[in-house]
Amino acid sequence: MLEIQNLTAGYGAIAAIREISLEVPEGKVVSIIGANGAGKSTLLKAVSGLNNHRSGRILFQGKNIVDMPANRIVSLGLSQVAEGRQIFAHMTVEDNIHLGAYLYYRRSNKREIRDRIERIYELFPILSKRARQISGTLSGGEQQMLAIGRALMTRPRLLLLDEPSMGLAPIVVQEIFHTIERLNREGMTILLVEQNARAALQIADFAYVLETGRVVLHGPASDLINDNQIKEAYLGG
Amino acid sequence: METISAASQLFQFIVTGLTVGAIYAMVAIGFNIIYNVTEIINLAQGEFVMLGGLIMVFMHVTVGLPMILAFVTAVLLVTLTGMLLDRLAIKPIRQPSVMTLIIATIAASIVIKGTAMLIWGKSPYDLPAFSGRTPIELGGVIIQPQYLWVIGFLVVVTIGLTLFFNRTILGKAMAACADNPDAARLVGINVQYMVLLSFALSAAIGAIAGMTLTPIALMDYDRGAMLAIKGFGAAILGGLGSFSGAVLGGLLIGLIESLGAGFLLSGYKDAYALIVLLLVLFLRPSGIMGNFEVTKFKRF
Ligand SMILES: Nc1ncnc2c1ncn2[C@@H]1O[C@H](COP(=O)(O)OP(=O)(O)OP(=O)(O)O)[C@@H](O)[C@H]1O
Ligand SMILES: [Mg+2]
Repeated sequence: MLEIQNLTAGYGAIAAIREISLEVPEGKVVSIIGANGAGKSTLLKAVSGLNNHRSGRILFQGKNIVDMPANRIVSLGLSQVAEGRQIFAHMTVEDNIHLGAYLYYRRSNKREIRDRIERIYELFPILSKRARQISGTLSGGEQQMLAIGRALMTRPRLLLLDEPSMGLAPIVVQEIFHTIERLNREGMTILLVEQNARAALQIADFAYVLETGRVVLHGPASDLINDNQIKEAYLGG
Repeated sequence: METISAASQLFQFIVTGLTVGAIYAMVAIGFNIIYNVTEIINLAQGEFVMLGGLIMVFMHVTVGLPMILAFVTAVLLVTLTGMLLDRLAIKPIRQPSVMTLIIATIAASIVIKGTAMLIWGKSPYDLPAFSGRTPIELGGVIIQPQYLWVIGFLVVVTIGLTLFFNRTILGKAMAACADNPDAARLVGINVQYMVLLSFALSAAIGAIAGMTLTPIALMDYDRGAMLAIKGFGAAILGGLGSFSGAVLGGLLIGLIESLGAGFLLSGYKDAYALIVLLLVLFLRPSGIMGNFEVTKFKRF
């Protein structure tokens, strides 16, 4: 579904990731792990178009999207939940969710929009209770749920998640991971960046390890989870 | 007898104050629209008002178009100027910080003003009032019909914009750009298009303010800056970004100015707005309707 070939991207003259090649097969969960500053977020931003200092090839469903702006890429069915819960903090939960449907917000799609919202409230019941609340006042976990919910409103076929567990209590992390698994079971392809390597490897089919902007290791997640090097560096021995 | 005339004088000042205040409110609303989408203070906002007035005079008086047609043409031309301002002065800046963008709007205002002076010269122009100049007398207070047009337009603009920003997805998408530009792009919003739209919208409202003001106070090339300052004072007083605040702030500044000039020193008419602006910045920088969160300048 997503095929990245020799992708280099960065900020101005500095390349934060170099010559990365990576594949996300349809229906799978692929995870990217790596230390702080390894370039994980840069990679996701380059794919979603938020970072446009990029070169190489990014094929999404066979189409090269490397020169497309972010707002066009999302219309193809590739949606990113950015690092640090990028919600519209001054708007209500409801407005955030509605804006997820911005690209097809027409009277003729009213039914679809209502169904999708209902589904998101079913995935995250707390959001329906908070619908009228200004989203900047939500708890961290609720904000993360909102960010995921809003991304799901964009009709994605591939979901990019950047550290959805960051700064959350273990029980909330668990809930979010369950949701990711459930989305995948229901057909969503997922590219997941995580610091929480153990949890990520447990739900992933494949994984890539990033170090200083390069892929140093990749393979089936079940192999990596038993790899001694990985155990020592990322799974706490 | 004495008291009645003092009272009617007071009401007269209030009526004129509210009318001028309505103009300031429209200028303030123009500031807020662009600010809400981009966090830029567009210091060329006053030039839109000036252009609206002068183009209306040109279309109606010089060319001889009927009032309504001249009105529509003038709004369209000023809207186009606003869009050009975005495309020529704002969008090309490569590493935009709010500060450099504001400076770009100052540069643009100088260009617009200079061009207007070349076209219209330095003399002020008059425009026939929209529905004549036969004053309406109400208990000793004289109300020009044009005053009602000014207030009427303010009401229509305010209600229209409130509905637009609170009820339509396009309005919400515009607000989303200022809230979180990256997140806006990730839901498919073309941020540059929204910025263009905000300039178009606030230019149109500036034009309306200018066209309704001209029959009351004439118009010349040099009026933009002062109107911008008053409007900015109104926006700050009401709380930057808030439409209800802009209306309240504008009307208050208009009243202070009119009463101050009438009862205190008329020579300091233009200073009152500035004094209010400074006081607000000292005492309550978030304004009347604003909360501090909204008004803090995130990107300075
Ligand atoms: N906006 C930016 N401007 C310049 N350099 C940046 C910018 N964002 C990130 N970098 C640099 O790019 C490199 C990769 O950063 P990136 O955010 O992709 O890392 P990461 O793997 O996501 O780290 P973390 O796990 O801490 O989120 C780092 O060296 C970082 O300092
Ligand atoms: Mg990161």
